[in-house]
Amino acid sequence: MRGVLSRLGQTLFVLFGISVLVFAVFFATPGSDPSARIAGRGASEETIARIRHEYGFDRGLVARYLSMMDHLFLSRDLTSYVNHGQNVVAEVFHAAPVTLSLVSWAALFWVGGALVTGMLAACFAGRWPDRLLSGLGILGLSVPVFWLGEMVNLLSQSRFHDTMLFRWVPALGYIPPGISLTGWAKCLILPALTLSIAFIGIYGRILRSDLLAAMQEDALRTARAKGAGPVRLWVFHALRLSGLSVVSLFGLDFAQLLGGGALLTEVVFALPGVGHLTYQGLSTLDLPLIMATVMYSAFFVVIANVLVDGLYRLLDPRIGSRSGTAARGGRSHG
Amino acid sequence: MRVSLAWRGAIGRPSVLFACIVLVGLCLSACLAPFYAQGVGVDPFASNLAGSVMRDGRVVDVMQPNDNPLHLGLTPIGPSWRWGAYSLGADSQGRDVAARLLYGGRSSLLIAGASACLCLVLATGCGMVAGVFGGWIDTVLSRLLDILWAVPVYLFAISLSVVTVGHDLRFGPFHIGADSFLLPIGIIALIYVPYAARPIRARTRSLMTSGFVLAAQGLGASPVRIVLKEILPSLIDTLLVLAPLIMALCLLAESALSFLSLGVQAPAASWGSLIHDGEGLIYSRPVVAIAPGLAIVLTVLALNMLGEALQNGVRPMRTR
Amino acid sequence: MDDALLSIDALRLALPSGARLLDGVSLRLERGRILGVVGESGSGKSLTGLSVLGLQPRGRLEGKLAFEGQDLLGFGPGDWRRFRGRRAAIIFQDPMTAFLPVRRIGAQIAEQIRLHSLCSRREAETRVIALLSRMGVPAPREAARRFPHELSGGLRQRAMIAMALSCDPDLVIADEPTTALDVTVQAQILMLLREIGARRAGVMLITHDMGVVAQICTDIAVLYAGVVVESGPAEAVLRTPWHPYTRALLRAIPPMDGARPDRLPTIEGTPPAPEARPPGCVFAPRCPERRAACAFRPALRRHEDRSVACVLYP
Repeated sequence: MRGVLSRLGQTLFVLFGISVLVFAVFFATPGSDPSARIAGRGASEETIARIRHEYGFDRGLVARYLSMMDHLFLSRDLTSYVNHGQNVVAEVFHAAPVTLSLVSWAALFWVGGALVTGMLAACFAGRWPDRLLSGLGILGLSVPVFWLGEMVNLLSQSRFHDTMLFRWVPALGYIPPGISLTGWAKCLILPALTLSIAFIGIYGRILRSDLLAAMQEDALRTARAKGAGPVRLWVFHALRLSGLSVVSLFGLDFAQLLGGGALLTEVVFALPGVGHLTYQGLSTLDLPLIMATVMYSAFFVVIANVLVDGLYRLLDPRIGSRSGTAARGGRSHG
Repeated sequence: MRVSLAWRGAIGRPSVLFACIVLVGLCLSACLAPFYAQGVGVDPFASNLAGSVMRDGRVVDVMQPNDNPLHLGLTPIGPSWRWGAYSLGADSQGRDVAARLLYGGRSSLLIAGASACLCLVLATGCGMVAGVFGGWIDTVLSRLLDILWAVPVYLFAISLSVVTVGHDLRFGPFHIGADSFLLPIGIIALIYVPYAARPIRARTRSLMTSGFVLAAQGLGASPVRIVLKEILPSLIDTLLVLAPLIMALCLLAESALSFLSLGVQAPAASWGSLIHDGEGLIYSRPVVAIAPGLAIVLTVLALNMLGEALQNGVRPMRTR
Repeated sequence: MDDALLSIDALRLALPSGARLLDGVSLRLERGRILGVVGESGSGKSLTGLSVLGLQPRGRLEGKLAFEGQDLLGFGPGDWRRFRGRRAAIIFQDPMTAFLPVRRIGAQIAEQIRLHSLCSRREAETRVIALLSRMGVPAPREAARRFPHELSGGLRQRAMIAMALSCDPDLVIADEPTTALDVTVQAQILMLLREIGARRAGVMLITHDMGVVAQICTDIAVLYAGVVVESGPAEAVLRTPWHPYTRALLRAIPPMDGARPDRLPTIEGTPPAPEARPPGCVFAPRCPERRAACAFRPALRRHEDRSVACVLYP
């Protein structure tokens, strides 16, 4: 119980810290006037003065922070000044389903891909399939995702669009599942694959080394002494043991992507998700919009962290009896 | 002088050889960029929409009329694949893609290398302070890094860039120009500090309880002396392994920021901004976007291979 | 022709580097008997036990390894799978690490039952509970639902034994089953092992504890540096050890009664590493009775019901 309470306290502290950090980045950076930047380029003096008053920039930093949090979370009426006073919070929630679809598809691919490559590489450790897969894994995490996306577009939308391979690919953009379920799947398959390539590389490699480490465990020797076959050995014993570290990593990556980490993919494939929203904010310097998305994404990550912790306790019964298992491993990629 | 364990374990692997050749070649080509530009007589930073170039013994316009039925718009000249001006063709401004690629490599490698160094310095500072002092200092620092880590890295870099890049910044006596590389370097270094600080902190903590540090403490060595004489030299392996991996991440982050026009500012170019320039020509002149992308892939691949080889040198395991 | 349950003859385990981890292990184990395999750590006693199940971590086996006249060295992967757990089972030293930490004890035992017999989940469960209660586990139904780390060391080892016995194996290999346990629990576990021996199964008890051998073993085989130097009925060997190594080993045990000696006699030197094993008798460098003939490896010779590999007993 004390462990849960202290965990809760830490989580609240991190949440508070993030909000202060994001606030500081946007409104306390030495340099120019935040109200001028919120108003956007070429706004009139009256608009700037109105914003300065509305956001309380003529008040102290603490009061400003409190009013900003109120705009963002309590009254949820933080408005964009570039897009004619549109409600930023509503826009983020409107874009969220697109991102959720994309990231879910990508997660499907990357978990499947990592399982296959990690298992194969571990089974053939040291031989050519292992070397090939490890080389491909490194290649996968060396490719900038936005460039890969453009290459995929080049092939599937232009060069080979008329061949059997890519004839099914719809034009860039998003089709909601409510309109056409198959269209929804079709428009997301290639973006999700592009997004998942780097993660397949990372997760495959982690899984491979975890599997090999697990195979050295006494418990696996016991399984062999029981007369377990290779499939049972790898899948039910080694994978069950080594899946643990991947689970915690997966939760964080999934949450970060959900919170806008998939921005580059969404931009390249013209998917109107949270990342794309941020990108639009960038081009118009719409600070409230960007701040809202960054803030929400960070909160996603913290909440996912808590969920992963719970799942971890479920998967590894030893955790519950011990306390203080806060930071396991680290994320290995952006 | 103690030869690093990591380096000793890595020397002589084919992947290390490949990585070193690629990296040295890229640095050389980046250094030689002005010679190429002068040698073939192009200015990689000035637009050249009305220019012309010798191709197959004929003078050809750099911007060619489109081959659509209405001949609307202009398409830049394609690659000749031969030594000389416009060997990789021109971009939408009529500039030489090959020359810009070399100059872009300069910016990309410079920013990635500098930010990786800065990141490691900051991370070593944080990690060592947390690891050496422990207690509440460790808790506070770890939590602060957790906070940084909870924000998606690219999103964090983007928000910092939006606020700072493109404006002149004044920090007291310091003045950072809008087009300075210092901002992207600082931003990219900052976002990867938590990533690098975590292993450094862990290593420091384990070193603090190791025999030789306890012995030094027993002899009455001051914390400063322990850090300088015992901890720092033992961290070299960790840093050496981290350096290429961090630099690879920094290069990818830089290219992403520049792709979003938040990294290096025009007229300067980096590989990321070159891909951005090539985006509009992707269907007609794909080489403009393909070439810088391949350069990024090659560099990051070499760095990752180097990092992995060094890592395997540190812990030679069966699981390699 | 050979009616022994397990018969090992001149078994060698060689690494690719040429080093031999086992260099001539010869044993016989009959049904209903308990064979104690003793030796220092690193003498290859655990490796011998693992080799019988084909679980040696690396290296190639040579020699003769027969189970009820079946040649185990000719086994393919499928043969091994049907053999392990069903015909021969092993009890590991540390039940904490030997169980999968993330699954319930009952499920892990049931897994072995279902691997070797066609039965439903429910049947397997009832059998697990029956097994656990036979092993003296209090509240077996609850114990089966616990995770390994939630049980005490003694209960974990009982569960391990239950798992080993779950398919009624003919041979049980116990690899230092009591080393990780408290002394009081040790005695209970040894009693369990003795019961197994009484049930027509053969038990191979790997230990470094001569006291354990004296308590429950019917036969003994002494290993030194990967070589069996002496074997025979436990009582005879313990009363009148022949091989100088066995003698030295028994002298190093403090006497149960009488005056306690100031110093226990020790054996000078250390056992040879696998790659630096002497060409002659492996014990010669440390042997107080070394002579010229020791430059050649003496064969394990039979003298009625005992065997010894020493030039003193030609």
